[in-house]
Amino acid sequence: MRLSPDQIIFWQHGFFKLNATIVYTWGLMLALAVGSYLITRRLSRGLQRSHWQNLVEIVVTGIEQQIKEVGLNQPRQYLGFLGTLFLFVAAASLCTIIPGYEPPTGSLSTTVALALCVFVAVPFFGIEEQGLGGYLKSYAEPTVIMLPFNIISEISRTLALAIRLFGNMMSGAMIIAILLTITPFLFPIVMTVLGLLTGMVQAYIFSILAAVYIAAATRVRQPSPEPEAQGKE
Amino acid sequence: MLIDWFTVGAQTLNFLVLVWLLKRFLYKPILHAIDAREQRIAAELADADAKKAEAQKERDVFQQKNEAIDQQRDDLLRKATVEAQAERQRLLDEARQAAEALSSKRQETLRTEARDLQQAIRRRTREEVFAITRKALADLAATSLEEPLVAVLLQRLRGMDGKTKQGFTEALEKNADALIIRSAFALPAEQQETMRQAINAIFSAETRVQFETAPDLICGIELATNGHKVAWSIADYLLSLEQGVDELLKDKAGPETKETTQHEHSQVEAQRP
Repeated sequence: MRLSPDQIIFWQHGFFKLNATIVYTWGLMLALAVGSYLITRRLSRGLQRSHWQNLVEIVVTGIEQQIKEVGLNQPRQYLGFLGTLFLFVAAASLCTIIPGYEPPTGSLSTTVALALCVFVAVPFFGIEEQGLGGYLKSYAEPTVIMLPFNIISEISRTLALAIRLFGNMMSGAMIIAILLTITPFLFPIVMTVLGLLTGMVQAYIFSILAAVYIAAATRVRQPSPEPEAQGKE
Repeated sequence: MLIDWFTVGAQTLNFLVLVWLLKRFLYKPILHAIDAREQRIAAELADADAKKAEAQKERDVFQQKNEAIDQQRDDLLRKATVEAQAERQRLLDEARQAAEALSSKRQETLRTEARDLQQAIRRRTREEVFAITRKALADLAATSLEEPLVAVLLQRLRGMDGKTKQGFTEALEKNADALIIRSAFALPAEQQETMRQAINAIFSAETRVQFETAPDLICGIELATNGHKVAWSIADYLLSLEQGVDELLKDKAGPETKETTQHEHSQVEAQRP
């Protein structure tokens, strides 16, 4: 039984191979980039604008708003990374309605790659925000005894991130494949709709968790604004 | 093995490329467009606020000006009304005075004309009566008018009362030349002599009567001295005629004068605003 699109290999030369995961990812990248270019090539800066521009503006400002709500005060700094995470995972899920398509996020290799990106991005943004020393000190908070536990937490949450997305996407595709063999007509369509919902939820969860990790890394050493906020309240 | 490390690396690279692509083609242009729109809206709002404030300011200024103009207009109107009323009163008074002056002038003119006419009629009447009488006497009795006049005067002298006669006598005692006979026409010498003799007889004295011609008497004759006079003229007879003519003139002129005065008054009333 095939669990991952990695197993569909179109071309291989030693270590290098071209499997379905990479090809579908390229397809998604092409669609997203070309679509973005077509929409943003003639942007209106006035009050009148096209429907597509409206849609894209809603998506971008929505993502920006979500990042801000998580606690990142300068959302535009993180919009490129977190927004792309959301759009890629969401697009990968949405395209499951195309027959013959396999979501690249249903491959553990892809989810691990995304989780690794988050794993690298968290200290990257943390160090950028509060310096190397400040960021490393955050591992020894509140005491040095917590250092190993913090490191374990960092690794395990990255692993959980990868496994969660893979599990959900893979299981969705798997269930539809199994149901197709049992009840070919109506039921798989309902499950596809459910899969779309699950995919959107997973995209939201993945990007929000990444935002939360980054927020935790950038805020931990800052003079806590919470007492001020409480004072204001 | 579910994890293919080559695919992991390739997907990581793919993801980073996608991040760059979307930043280049999606986030930057969209965010720029949103920022530009927000700036434009903010600028328009600020501009609108400034214009609104300016409009409010100008409206206040205009309102103040309007109030000032209204106040000024009311003042001017009130002043003009008062002046117009005063001017109207003045013009009315002037017109009334002018009408009254005109009316009195006309009345005066009428009175003068009536008086002149009356005098002219009186004179003419005397002349006519004198001429008629003279002609009638000449035609009927083949005598002149002077003779009866002298006769009448002599008759009156003879019939005068004692007091008058006493007065004449006293005057003659003081001055023998005091007696003067005035007549409208020159008396012939014969009649002068007759008169002289008759007077001498009446006053029983030698008098030197002087004869004078007085056209005013027209048809009359008189014997006069200082303060005393015996006379006859047709003036007495003409008096009743004059009275009759006067009444006639008054009857005729009275309504006309009244009508004229009323007409002038109505004209003055019509000229009032």
